[in-house]
Amino acid sequence: MSILSPNYDCGPFCDEMFASSGAVRPHYKRLAERLGTLPEADFHQRRAAIDLAFLRRGVTFTVYNNSEGTERIFPFDLIPRIIPASEWKRLEAGLVQRITALNLFVHDLYHEQKILKDKVVPAAQVLSARHFRREFMNFSVPRDIYVHICGTDLIRDDAGRYLVLEDNLRCPSGVSYMIENRAAMRRAFPNLFQSYGVRPVEGYADTLLKSLRYITPRPGDKPSVVLLTPGVYNSAYFEHTFLARQMGIPIVEGRDLVVRDSHVFMRTTAGLVPVDVIYRRIDDDFLDPSVFRPDSVLGVPGLVGAYRAGNVALANAIGTGVADDKVIYAYVPKIIKYYLDQEALLPNVNTYLASDPADRKFILENIAKLVVKSANEAGGYGMLIGPAATAAECAEFRTMVAAQPRNFIAQDPIKLSRSPTWCDGQLEGRHIDLRPYILTGEKTVVTPGGLTRVALRKGSLVVNSSQGGGSKDTWVLKGDE
Amino acid sequence: MPPRPKGPPARQQATVMLSRVAYSLYWMSRQIERAENMSRLLEVNLQFLLDFQGFDDAGLKEHWGSILASAGDEALFDTVHATADSRSVTDFLAFDLRNPRSILSCVFAARENARMIRDQISVEMWETINEMYLFLKDRSATDIWIAGPYEFFQHVKRHSHLFQGLTDATYPRSEGWEFIQFGKWIERADQTTRILDVKYHILLPQAADVGGAVDTAQWQAVLRSASASEAYHRFYVQEILPWKVAEFLIFSDSFPRSLHCCVLQVDELLRRIVGETSARARTEAARAARRLVTDLASLTIAEVLDQGLHEFLLEVQKSLERIGEEVVQTTMFYSAEFDPEEQQQQQQQ
Repeated sequence: MSILSPNYDCGPFCDEMFASSGAVRPHYKRLAERLGTLPEADFHQRRAAIDLAFLRRGVTFTVYNNSEGTERIFPFDLIPRIIPASEWKRLEAGLVQRITALNLFVHDLYHEQKILKDKVVPAAQVLSARHFRREFMNFSVPRDIYVHICGTDLIRDDAGRYLVLEDNLRCPSGVSYMIENRAAMRRAFPNLFQSYGVRPVEGYADTLLKSLRYITPRPGDKPSVVLLTPGVYNSAYFEHTFLARQMGIPIVEGRDLVVRDSHVFMRTTAGLVPVDVIYRRIDDDFLDPSVFRPDSVLGVPGLVGAYRAGNVALANAIGTGVADDKVIYAYVPKIIKYYLDQEALLPNVNTYLASDPADRKFILENIAKLVVKSANEAGGYGMLIGPAATAAECAEFRTMVAAQPRNFIAQDPIKLSRSPTWCDGQLEGRHIDLRPYILTGEKTVVTPGGLTRVALRKGSLVVNSSQGGGSKDTWVLKGDE
Repeated sequence: MPPRPKGPPARQQATVMLSRVAYSLYWMSRQIERAENMSRLLEVNLQFLLDFQGFDDAGLKEHWGSILASAGDEALFDTVHATADSRSVTDFLAFDLRNPRSILSCVFAARENARMIRDQISVEMWETINEMYLFLKDRSATDIWIAGPYEFFQHVKRHSHLFQGLTDATYPRSEGWEFIQFGKWIERADQTTRILDVKYHILLPQAADVGGAVDTAQWQAVLRSASASEAYHRFYVQEILPWKVAEFLIFSDSFPRSLHCCVLQVDELLRRIVGETSARARTEAARAARRLVTDLASLTIAEVLDQGLHEFLLEVQKSLERIGEEVVQTTMFYSAEFDPEEQQQQQQQ
């Protein structure tokens, strides 16, 4: 018996694999044929083999607020998400445009602030942003690049239109799963891969290392690059070791680094060795206890001093968080227009700002129909999905929004596209999103692929790994079918 | 005094090893070796008690008491258990996470160390430790006890062997290798002293039993605890004589678990790790290691027995501890107030 059931229901959503007529979309045809001939037992065997491989290899993440078994594998679904070449070309152009504009925006904010003077973005919104680092005004970063690594979350609405849901400009995670998922799929369906023309994602680590070397404060010399992790208890620790291994650079914790005379060194068995570039997976707040949070034990005292002296480069730069504030997000189409004089190729989700009196009134009156998000939370925390929430939850958010309007935005709920996903013994439609990874060095590069996250709970719109999400391999094709 | 980098600091092109990584490699290796030895010790003694069921409660208590004493965990045991019998001692030494030297504690800690540095070790090494961990995590002490702990000990030993073999086959012969090997050999030396020390506790009280069937079986158990049974017989052929067993496990220069062999390796690795190449040792650790090597190469078993086997073994344990401690201090927890260039020169001398 085939796992492709004739009873598959697309519902009122855009389905990635099936058109509304029920016909398989052209770029999924060969996958459908393969699945059609695959006995169900084989399918299960491959699923089980992949799960076991992930567990054995320790491809896991850590769940907070959970006392038992804090390490889990990220559930993996065998049905890939496939993107044809022409569609990807539009996405790629839109993402490059967006990151280019955001980089110019952050640079401007920490220098002339032209965009504020021209009142395109209200100064109050920027100055009140939690991650705006006024102490770095007029500080120039190497090669004027602020956002070296970016993960932008995209979704598709019921018409199949791609929309930007949020930008992650601080320490976006998940890229290791993009690469591990590909390795798993290649083992599960080796022949299919050869014939399909799927573009490889494995170049990511190489491009990342090039981008990191590009910002060394001592060009010409072979740069010493390290990855700074909060440590083994961080939920993304697997990813940190994965990337360090792929790039062949040391992974360091705060306690491995010392700053002497405004230079950064790492403690090795042969003494102190200089460090030029730090790919940090620690938020600004924890980088240097002598400048930011004094209670941080993760950081390195004196690091910011060395950074200011231009002796060490950080990726991403300090202060990029201002542009991943969800209030600033609402202005990105205007930001693109302002710096590049172009219309945004990838539209935003329609967003209401609680700090705007008219919008706030609308939000408070329609909260049960909206998705409300706090401006600076990530990971699916601190948000309300109005249509799925209880009256009490809505009331709670109404109070919070009224009390701290700057900290909240609201968006129209989007009927996220769905993909066939193996759940409860059959293929059913589940909502998905897409996080492509964009690297900026000498030029801006989007890795063809990304992390497709899937909300495994029926009807759920929350795809975060911490909230019952899983993932799929993402295939960007060389052609259109 | 803070360092004064003159111009751009000197670049080190060769791969460098973080102190923290060295520390994790060293302990990961020690903990695996320790778990293996503890498994063998428990397995052999449980088997021994099955073979000789004549022990009364007092005899049992004494038997297990001596094992606890040699493991150095008596005090902690007494706070957790009222009596020392097969079940309580096995629970304590194998499964109890409150005991930092139990098999479970060792494997969990080794896995945590490996996880911290998994970018530094091969996928094969990581998978082996992780499998070992997943196997132990999924089983309760009660289940293992009911099923018979044989399979459990077997699993731990196998995975330790697999790990050491894979390390040999997949890990580069670099500085990290030296720390892994140093950890393994120093732990093995320490464990061999403890295995012998168990016998010291067992032997003393009943002089009447010396040479009897039980006594021979007990020395046989000592040999098996050190995986030395076959090697001993090949070397001596004859029956098992207590002093020959002790001689073999202390002085053999060919058996890879004898004190002598282990200490030779420790000394050799120490020379490489702290750069001790001159005739006269500079560090306390190197002096201690060389003294041990000399003793083990020149002493006789009669001299050791004269001095007292127990006292001799305790002295060796203390030396090993000092050596390990000094390596950790000089390569991992040194003060960062050094001038980096000056320090590198010191290392290269």
